[in-house]
Amino acid sequence: MSTLVIKDLHVEIEGKEILKGVNLTINTSEIHAIMGPNGTGKSTLASAIMGHPKYEVTSGSITLDGEDVLDMEVDERARAGLFLAMQYPSEISGVTNADFMRSAMNARREEGDEVSLMKFIRELDSKMEVLDMDQDMAQRYLNEGFSGGEKKRNEILQMMMIKPTIAVLDEIDSGLDIDALKVVSEGINQMKGEDFGCLIITHYQRLLNYITPDHVHVMMQGRVVKSGGAELAHKLEAEGYDWIKQELGIEDETVGQA
Amino acid sequence: MTVETNLKMTEQELRSFSEMNGEPSWFTELRLRSFAEAETLPLPKPDKTKILNWNFTDYPVHTVKSSTFGSIEDLTEDIRTIVDLEQKNLYIQHNNTPAFSRISEDLAAKGVILTDIFTALREHGDLVKKYFMTNGVKADEHKLTALHAALMNGGAFLYVPKNVEVEEPVQVVFYHDDADASLFNHVIVVADTSSKVTYVENYFSTVAKSNGLANIVSEVFAEDNAQITYGAVDVLAEGFTTYVNRRGVAARDAKIEWALGLMNDSDTISENVTHLVGDNSIGDTKTVVVGRGSQKQNFTTKVVHWGKNSDGQILKHGVMKDSASSIFNGIGKIEHGATKSNAEQESRVLMLSPNARGDANPILLIDEDDVTAGHAASVGRVDPLQLYYLMSRGITKQEAERLVIHGFLAPVVNVLPIEGVKKQLTEVIERKVR
Repeated sequence: MSTLVIKDLHVEIEGKEILKGVNLTINTSEIHAIMGPNGTGKSTLASAIMGHPKYEVTSGSITLDGEDVLDMEVDERARAGLFLAMQYPSEISGVTNADFMRSAMNARREEGDEVSLMKFIRELDSKMEVLDMDQDMAQRYLNEGFSGGEKKRNEILQMMMIKPTIAVLDEIDSGLDIDALKVVSEGINQMKGEDFGCLIITHYQRLLNYITPDHVHVMMQGRVVKSGGAELAHKLEAEGYDWIKQELGIEDETVGQA
Repeated sequence: MTVETNLKMTEQELRSFSEMNGEPSWFTELRLRSFAEAETLPLPKPDKTKILNWNFTDYPVHTVKSSTFGSIEDLTEDIRTIVDLEQKNLYIQHNNTPAFSRISEDLAAKGVILTDIFTALREHGDLVKKYFMTNGVKADEHKLTALHAALMNGGAFLYVPKNVEVEEPVQVVFYHDDADASLFNHVIVVADTSSKVTYVENYFSTVAKSNGLANIVSEVFAEDNAQITYGAVDVLAEGFTTYVNRRGVAARDAKIEWALGLMNDSDTISENVTHLVGDNSIGDTKTVVVGRGSQKQNFTTKVVHWGKNSDGQILKHGVMKDSASSIFNGIGKIEHGATKSNAEQESRVLMLSPNARGDANPILLIDEDDVTAGHAASVGRVDPLQLYYLMSRGITKQEAERLVIHGFLAPVVNVLPIEGVKKQLTEVIERKVR
């Protein structure tokens, strides 16, 4: 079993504090969902875990099986087992999707032990079929000219090929129609198992109709303010966030001026 | 009359050289006239690069004699890396010596001509006369074109008759392995009405440092409804002073596509101009460049629209490292009367070192109202967010940069139709950006 532990995490972007003490523990075999209105720090948490260059961790810790994640470069974090499905993936012209994914897989293997081309193609084909992606997307340039939905599927495709220990999915559902949502959920559900843990960041309960979370957390003002089981998501869907704000005496849930 | 020149050649020597090659008299005259004019004509003025102190006239020797290849099996190992033994339509020049030539029986029977420029002058004089520095590049444009016409010592001639479509690419290799050789090569590619051809040339130096000059002119003519794809990979050694002028003229409904991988290690002035003379003609120019060391380079890409509804596309991607300095001039010019024309260009420069310099200058000159045009230009470093994205998949920073750079230069690599040449360009890029 692997465990990602986030302790009292404080994060700034351009001098402004966005996360103000986040605590969270994610084990493999668990699916966590973080919900919350816009501007409460959810995506900042995702970026800080992966090591986005613009986000600065000012205090607190992130560890993966006791190893200090914050001490690792971005690529080291990935090779340690972390994965982030990004909300706005970069477009890289001239680099085909397939070449990129092979490079990513080989980055985890010793020189001389690269994944064979045939095996790679077979696996890629089967995963693309699950995600209902056109075969020609493998030869297109990475994310270039992809529609919003295609980019999301491509993020999940990468996750399925790379098989991380802990994946963070940042608003993987936004902008997806219901069919695409089902397909993407199917991909995520296929990953479920003893060796995989997942943190799903979302605005909408809708995604959780297809992926049942074990733990649901609500973020407001740069902190996790409430945690519960799958039933918490249903309650949020039915009643919105106001009851939590009232319960906790919060007026403005966003990360205010510090 | 005696002409005073600072060249290492006399008029008499030039006349003897011409006679030795059995050149027609009109050509000898052109040489001598240009030889005289070179004295007084000014140097060209590539925008933003001062070349007054560059050496364009002093070279060790006008012509060197090198070995020929009896059969394709005799090619050197070096050449074999870029030439496939199955390559049917092939011309190889070894320094200044025509060294190997062959063309498929089928194409020869259809009247396709592929030969060295001297043979072309002797055997197809009228055809060469029609195209040699008449309608494309003029000998008296400036000092360098005049010097070129006077001193021409090599090159190739490709002619595709009407309605002939050449399926397999034609490959020409200018193999350079003598540090004292100078290259005054002239290439003519003609696709007659409704014909089609793909031509790929290599400038391939295997010496570390050259003492010579390169003054190269290519003239490319696509007649009505013809299509030419012109690929080039230039890898000339450090030490050359290189002037390379590749010019195209597209007639009605014709199309010229350029894919130029300009990887010289020498100081280089490169000019690539396409005249869209005919209505509905298309010019598509893709250029990729890597500058390194203390190289100074200037790349001008220009498409001139004369015909109505003509379409010109310019794509230039340059990578600059060390203290290399490059100017990228992209010019779309629409002449009066070229209605419904479209001039687009994109110039991007990637800087890998704080000491490198790269200027992208997009220029649109439009003398007609009913047209469309656009340009995009940028100079910058590798996007940190792209690196972050790639690294977030476990790819090391070094490998991520390599992927981004190769991707950036892929537009030319991908369209080169000969595998060996494609591979060569990829390897040269790898070597130069490392």
